[in-house]
Amino acid sequence: MREHEIGSDGLGRREVMRMLTASGMAAAGSGWLAGPALAQAPKRGGTIRAAGYSSSTADTVDPAKQTLSTDYVRCNMFYNTLTALDGNLAPQPELAASIESDRATVWTIKLRKGVTFHDGKALTAADVVYSLSRHNDPKVGSIAKPLAAQMVEIKATAPDEVQITLSSPNADFPVVLGTFHFHIIKEGTTDFTTAIGTGPYKCKEFTPGVRTIGVRNANYWKPGKPYLDEIEFFGIPDETARVNALLAGDIHIAGGITPRSTRLIKAQPGLAVFETPAGVYTDLITRLDAPVSGNLDFALAMKYLQDREQMRDAIWQGFAVIGNDHPITPSNRFYNKDIPQRAFDPDRAKFHFQKSGIGATAIPIVVSPAAAGSAEMAVMLQEAGGKIGLNLEVRRVPADGYWANHWLKSAVGYGNINPRPSVDILMSLFFKSDAPWNESAWKDPKFDQLLLAARGEIDFARRKQMYGDMQLMIRDQSGIGIPLFNSYLDGHVTGLKGLAPIPVGGMMGFNFAENVWLDA
Amino acid sequence: MNAAMLRLIALRLALGALTLFIVAALVFTATELLPGDVAEALLGQSATPAAVAGLRAALHLDQPSWWRFCLWLGGLLGGDPGVSLVNRLPVVVLIGNRLPNSLKLASITASVTVPLALLLGITTAMWRGSRYDRMVGMAIIGIVSVPEFLIASLAVLVFAVKLRWLPALAFRAGPQDFWAMMRLLAIPVGTLALVGIGQMSRMTRAALVTVLESSYVEMARLKGAGPLRIVLIHALPNALGPIVNAIALSTSFLLGGVIIVETIFNYPGLAKLMVDAVSTRDLPLVQACAMLFCAAYLALVLVADVVAILSNPRLRQR
Repeated sequence: MREHEIGSDGLGRREVMRMLTASGMAAAGSGWLAGPALAQAPKRGGTIRAAGYSSSTADTVDPAKQTLSTDYVRCNMFYNTLTALDGNLAPQPELAASIESDRATVWTIKLRKGVTFHDGKALTAADVVYSLSRHNDPKVGSIAKPLAAQMVEIKATAPDEVQITLSSPNADFPVVLGTFHFHIIKEGTTDFTTAIGTGPYKCKEFTPGVRTIGVRNANYWKPGKPYLDEIEFFGIPDETARVNALLAGDIHIAGGITPRSTRLIKAQPGLAVFETPAGVYTDLITRLDAPVSGNLDFALAMKYLQDREQMRDAIWQGFAVIGNDHPITPSNRFYNKDIPQRAFDPDRAKFHFQKSGIGATAIPIVVSPAAAGSAEMAVMLQEAGGKIGLNLEVRRVPADGYWANHWLKSAVGYGNINPRPSVDILMSLFFKSDAPWNESAWKDPKFDQLLLAARGEIDFARRKQMYGDMQLMIRDQSGIGIPLFNSYLDGHVTGLKGLAPIPVGGMMGFNFAENVWLDA
Repeated sequence: MNAAMLRLIALRLALGALTLFIVAALVFTATELLPGDVAEALLGQSATPAAVAGLRAALHLDQPSWWRFCLWLGGLLGGDPGVSLVNRLPVVVLIGNRLPNSLKLASITASVTVPLALLLGITTAMWRGSRYDRMVGMAIIGIVSVPEFLIASLAVLVFAVKLRWLPALAFRAGPQDFWAMMRLLAIPVGTLALVGIGQMSRMTRAALVTVLESSYVEMARLKGAGPLRIVLIHALPNALGPIVNAIALSTSFLLGGVIIVETIFNYPGLAKLMVDAVSTRDLPLVQACAMLFCAAYLALVLVADVVAILSNPRLRQR
């Protein structure tokens, strides 16, 4: 919902976004609320053991230092962010009661009342200012410094109100605040041997590289939550060992399992696979500035040659969502569902291939285990290409050094891109004309203009329209082919209820701890 | 005998200190030579030059490396091995968390392995050439040839996943009673014991066989001594040197070299700690682990040598 206000300070039109009622977000709905999981009333009590896929002395409860999924899971047990992303990646209020902006540049955040830290101290604006400001201090060594740099001023305007001024308009700022590095900690915290936050669990034990134990925070501000009495969380880096631990009944949930292991888990009674369709993709790159293959017709021929269904079933055992050669997943609130799905079409491919004038010249296509599934996809392309006279040569290179030596350098090859919290971040990193990671060297001033305009656009419908146009441009004009988005897979005991996908990542967007309960 | 013994021990301790210093310098240099430093490792993908410079300054990595080595050495001599660069916890605390686990695993494994290995070694030496000797020999060579990750994985599949007799992970939070601990450690200890028994029992057999073929054993036999008396009283003391050395080597391996078993069973021991430290370029922790492993190795070998000397009548008399 968009409101127009005449400010008492005479500033004129003021664009206000109230996140609780914002129609675009409400209409998009939160997928997990409607899921069957909530059809059953959650039960209180119980203790679970959960295993993620990494563990080392670098494990941390310092929000600024989180690098791995296990850090996200751990920190989400103890802390909250101002906003949180839902099943459609729309920001929902958490510690913020409301967020308003003046032209997407000056953001005013009202804090939720009655929130206390685990030691009993009440949450105030000073805590928020401290938590956000520290990312810009080089001594902290924050991972989120590039994201935090846009906040040029962060100040407390009232005991429960914070005002943040950005260097330029960014309508996605509530999404930025929902990234885990911006967890809220107590003002002045410098010691991270334990965690004192506002989150669903209190830190009972934290030993880096060994385990984390959280006990239920009885004063948690979300009524009724969390449901469990205690969670023991640790990492088992070896996938076989992780799956074996689940099969042997040692743990309740194992994060990050491969499609290969799903059959083992499904075959055992009492165990299930939890799939999170997300934005990870392995993309076919045709660089448009390459000497022979660098033309749009060749790129389109390659895109039409991708047999997406076969790739999904043969390579990912079905655990993938079909892509439409642009990077936005169908579950994203900005997904343009009016663009027709590109199908496997050898005739169209042949038409474009002949137009490209390449003929029988052999075109090398570089693949590597670094880009998951690239070798298998390239072999399928090679076979399909042979039937229309296209001579592809699959060149396998090792994973070690792939990103430095081959990615962005091979004329035809593959990349592997992890999900980003917002469309703006994703498009700015990988599709803007001057982006360092512009994979296909695709340059279009109109696209860049749209990207900038959408960044400052507060109106959801207009923004969705812009992002929709950009999806079509990427699909038809860039050299990127995105056949599939692979899913995150976790294994769990069927007695563990309440899991619902949040496409930020596996294990319910790394936030299963506050949402699950045990049905013994 | 006592004075000579003490002199030997003192000399060995001095040499040990020198060895430790050399190892420290080598490990420090090698870690410095690895590409990237702790600041880059910590920042990962967001390692912009400004961020790396800021973090380096905060961690004092901008000082010359020889000076940092001197600082570290000074701290160690004063009893303080420093603070982890990665999580700012004292190295003593990090090692203190893991050392009891490694010691527990090593001591239980050793207490299973050593008696079994000695029994097998002695009996195969006594009945060398018999069908029993050949069967044990074949079985041991077969087991030693199988990599330990395969033994461990198979054991987990059979005993934890299929039969559900034992847990697949070797570590649980909270205090455990004796039997619970035995259950947790059964597969890892079994795996390590299988690997260790092979080497030790073959060494025992080889050392004993040499002695048993000697003329004074033949003399004893001609005197009418029973086979057990010959082996235990006459032969074993003279063969003890190489046997104790083999035991010392295997035991020092158990302290720091069991990374595969620690990985498969998710057991928080010292080996995993050191691998973590190397991958994040956490120098104080790498150094401390290296010192610990080196010191343990030197100490065990020293004990083995002393035992060998004391057990050998000829050396003892000198």
